[in-house]
Order: sequence, then C-alpha cells, then structure tokens
Amino acid sequence: MSGRIFLLGDDVDTDQLAPGAYMKGGIEALAAHCLEGVRPGFAQEVRPGDILVAGRNFGVGSSREQAAEALKHLGLAGVVALSFAGIFYRNAINLGLPVLTAPDLGRVTDGAAARLDVSAARLELEAAGETLALDPLPDNLQVLLADGGLVPHLKKRFAKERNKEHDRCADPRP
Amino acid sequence: MTGDTPSPTTLAQKIVARASARDHVTPGEIVTARVDLAMIHDSGGPRRVEPILKDLGVGLFDASKVVLISDHFVPGDTDEGARILELTRQWAKERKVAFHDGEGICHVVLPERGHLRPGMLVVGGDSHSPTGGAFGAYMFGVGATEMAGVLATGEIWLKVPDTILLEWRGRLSRGVTAKDMMLALCGRLGMDGGKYQAVEYTGEAIAALSMQERMTLSNMAAELGGQAGLIAPDATTAAFLETAGADMSGKEIWSALATDPGAPVLEHHVFDASALAPQVAAPHSPANSAPVTDAPETPVDVAYIGACTGAKYEDLRNAAAILRGRRLGKGVELLVAPASKRDQDRAAADGIMAVFEEAGARILPNACGICAGYGTDRLGEDVTCISSTARNFKGRMGAASSQVWLGSPLTVAASAIAGKIADPRAFLQDDGGTA
Repeated sequence: MSGRIFLLGDDVDTDQLAPGAYMKGGIEALAAHCLEGVRPGFAQEVRPGDILVAGRNFGVGSSREQAAEALKHLGLAGVVALSFAGIFYRNAINLGLPVLTAPDLGRVTDGAAARLDVSAARLELEAAGETLALDPLPDNLQVLLADGGLVPHLKKRFAKERNKEHDRCADPRP
Repeated sequence: MTGDTPSPTTLAQKIVARASARDHVTPGEIVTARVDLAMIHDSGGPRRVEPILKDLGVGLFDASKVVLISDHFVPGDTDEGARILELTRQWAKERKVAFHDGEGICHVVLPERGHLRPGMLVVGGDSHSPTGGAFGAYMFGVGATEMAGVLATGEIWLKVPDTILLEWRGRLSRGVTAKDMMLALCGRLGMDGGKYQAVEYTGEAIAALSMQERMTLSNMAAELGGQAGLIAPDATTAAFLETAGADMSGKEIWSALATDPGAPVLEHHVFDASALAPQVAAPHSPANSAPVTDAPETPVDVAYIGACTGAKYEDLRNAAAILRGRRLGKGVELLVAPASKRDQDRAAADGIMAVFEEAGARILPNACGICAGYGTDRLGEDVTCISSTARNFKGRMGAASSQVWLGSPLTVAASAIAGKIADPRAFLQDDGGTA
C-alpha cells in the first residue's frame, strides 16, 4: 500500500503522540489529538498507508504505549526515523506497528508519495524514483511483526505448547 | 573463552547473565531473561493488561512477583479516574498481588516497601522504572502489551546492553544536588545520550550520595535515553534496604555485582562534581540545561515540588531549608505533592510540612498528578512554572502555551520566594534574611 510521507523533526515525544489530558479515554478519542502540538490537523489529515518519517529519538518520554497505538489506529504503515527511544520502539513492535531506523533520510520530502517495504527494509520514494535503504530488523523482531505483534505471537506460542501437551497426553508410550 | 580467570564484566552483564541462565553474555546479543519482579500502576496496569491476559487465556506467571501501585489517577477526582481506580482495586483482590493504594508514586514506594534487591532483573510499566537501578537492580520500563507478555510468561527478551560509565569525581558543593547532575548530563549528552544501553553512575560523588539522591540519578536515566541507570550496591544501599524491610539474604554477594576493573564499556565520561553549579532546563526539554546563573530573568507563576524525581523526603527537606521563615514571591503559587505518604509523614514529623504550610503552599496528593499531565491542577494557558520534575515537554503538564523550567527542589523553592528563577545558594548562605 502506498501513502504520503509526513516529515517531522527530532525528539518527537510521547506527550505529543498521546497527550496526558486524553489518556483516560479510549484510543479513538486519544488518536484524534495525536501530534496536534507539533503538526496541527495531523489526525484528520492522515490516511491509511501514510508513513511518518522523523529525525532522532522518535518517541522519547513515557512508556505509554498509546503513543504507538494511536499511530497504528490512524492506519500509518509505519515510522522511519534516524533513531527511536527504546521503550517506544519496543511498544511499536509489540503492537505490530513497523518501526525502522534509517542511516540517513536522503532526500525525503514532506507530502511525497512513498511505500514502506518492511521485509526488504526500504522506503520507496515513488515520484523521485529513489529507494531509501533502511536498517533491517533483527530476526526476533521480524518474527514478532510478521505475527502481527506480541499478543498474536504469544497466542501462537501458547497454542503450540497446548498441542504439544495434548500430543504427549494422547501418546500412550512413556 | 578458555582458562580459569573469567573475563571482567559489567554490573549490567552480570545481572542479565544470571537472569538468562547464562555464564556470560556479550553486549548486542539477544537473550530471553526470567523476570524477578514486575511492577505495574493504575494507568498502564490492570485496565490495559487484564484484557490481554483474558484474550490470551492465561493467568499471572507468579502473583508473588507482581507489585501493583496506584499513583496516576489518585485521588480519583474525575469520574473516569475514579472508575479506573475501582477497577485497579478489584483486580488486586482477584489476582492476589501485593498492592499499595494511594501510598505514593510507584518508583518511590517500590524500594521504600522493601520490594527491590540488588541483582534482580525487574520490569516496570512506567518509563521512570530505571529508578530501581539505584539499588543495583537491572530495572527498565515497558509498555502495557509487553507487560502483559511478562505477566503471562515471566520472561522478556533483551538485547544485552553495553555500559556507558558516568564517573563523577570530587564532591558536590552546598546547594547542588543529584537533580543538578542529571540536568547537566542531559545537556551534555542529550536525551539520546544513553543510547538505550545501561548507564552506570560511579565515582566519589556517587558513593557519597544518599539512596534518595541516587534514586534521582537513576530515575533520570530515562531522560538520558538509557534502558537502565545503575549504581553498584554498597553499605548505603544495604542500610536503606534493611530499614525498608527487604529480604537481606544473599547480601554478602552483593559487592561482587560491581563492574569489574577493566570491563569493556561503550563510553566512559568523567565529570567534576565540585565544579557543578545548580542547573535549570528551559522549555521544552531537559536537555536545554545551563547553570542557573546563566538563566535569563524569568518571572514564575507556579512553583511545583512534586514527582518521583523531585519530592522525596530529602527533596522536601532541602526545599524547606530554603523556605523556612520566608514568604512566597508576589503572585507565586507553590504546589507540593510529596512523592509518598511515608515520606510526607516523615516530613510532617520533622516539621517540614509545617514550613510548606506556613509559606502558603498548597499540598497535593501523593501521586503523579500534573507531572504526568493528569488530574485537575494542570497548568493553564501561558503559565510559567519552575518544577522539580523530570520532563518539561511542551504541553506535558498542561496547556501547550505553558512554559515549564526544570530545577532541583532547592532551586524551585528559591524561585518561589524570589518570584523568578533564582540561585538557591544565595538563600543558603544568608539563612536569616530575604533575597
């Protein structure tokens, strides 16, 4: 799926992604205010398949995973940044939102049409006919993302364990 | 690796190796670790993890290794907040976990009630979880889904951290605190200077600090972007834990946890504590820090002494030493939210709370409150605030137009009296008079 790039700067924090004042409500209400402090109208403007591209330390701040959940809820294909804050990064993967680091942002421009290819670790800039190489994800995180996040991943694991247990019980041999 | 002499390793490696049942771990490799303790609070806790546990169809991996602390929606002064607290209390009963309700902020309550011990691998459902590192525990923050995974399995994956050694030589001078060290570090290294590795504080100045001051250092490893903020356990650690009623078994091996001489580290920075001045961070980042003497003339409307970072017993005592017998600057509102009930009780017994009350401060609940952007006291439009908290991101504590400066509890108290951002040292030297 193709989308447009929303280009942001360094140190986009979790209070911008998930403002504290809306934390008591559901994700719908919270997502409507996502990034309104740095990019007014973002939540209304963004469409499924769009991609966030940012500078250093994206997601700095709180452990509130609603910061990543809001982006997922708004349908973003993923976030590409020069670096991520650690907790946000783990949260995003756990929720099935692709997050990839880029060694540099090349000639990415705001509003440009692009496609994020997570498995090939690249951002295809369609108008420019260029491809931005991203850092590939470690194996364990690729598995988590491919499963759709931590919850579906654990469901799969528990089902496998239960089947094994079932096989053992059904097997009359010692 | 062959031979009888084990290669020198860091405090972080030793804890992660033990937790992942390995003799040795190498920075950068991915391991699965057993979790010794999981701490959750009312915001990221039951209301978020229980639906996931239900969905997974499993219970807690070990209820005796889970501690629940309510602090974000306390005192439940909104309908939604009250509902979340009720759900939290119900869950504590059903799941039979240790529960501290309205007793203070999780990062302060957890060690204060003896739950932490050196060498533990601990996850917390909050970004300031590195606070536990002050006790020589590898403690780090995770989000709710990851926490649900931990509660279901008792495991978490980790990239074995490199260590960034922050060595502080010399001693802090009067009026300068751990908070000033951290603001200076944020300015020097940046909010991603910790590179999501293990930050370790060491040196003469660290050894001389009390546990609550060390907690401030470890707490703000979060603002440095470290995964953990470690301090090797010593006699100060043991004395605190003994008083807190922690399990002291195994304390004879705590000293062996220290980073071995010659252990490879990613970075080693050396700072001179004796040369450090009180620091303030300008809006909207803790990294915008500079000596308070360099700050522009900045009138303040609100002075806030609160949070796990800046309202523990010693923070309150330090602030009171400046406020005693003085009056607030014209138009300044002083808000004090002691970090835990126990610290507040102790401060009350020592006459410290009376100092705040006589100065005209408003005392708020033992909770995260406006530091986390919660509750009814959030900052209004265009308010300028000097705060003892850890973060001053735009809009975090209230209106997007509010301007939050960060400083130590002493600097906040001095500024409350001066009516503008002020150097606390002037008030300490001249104990009787006013500014």
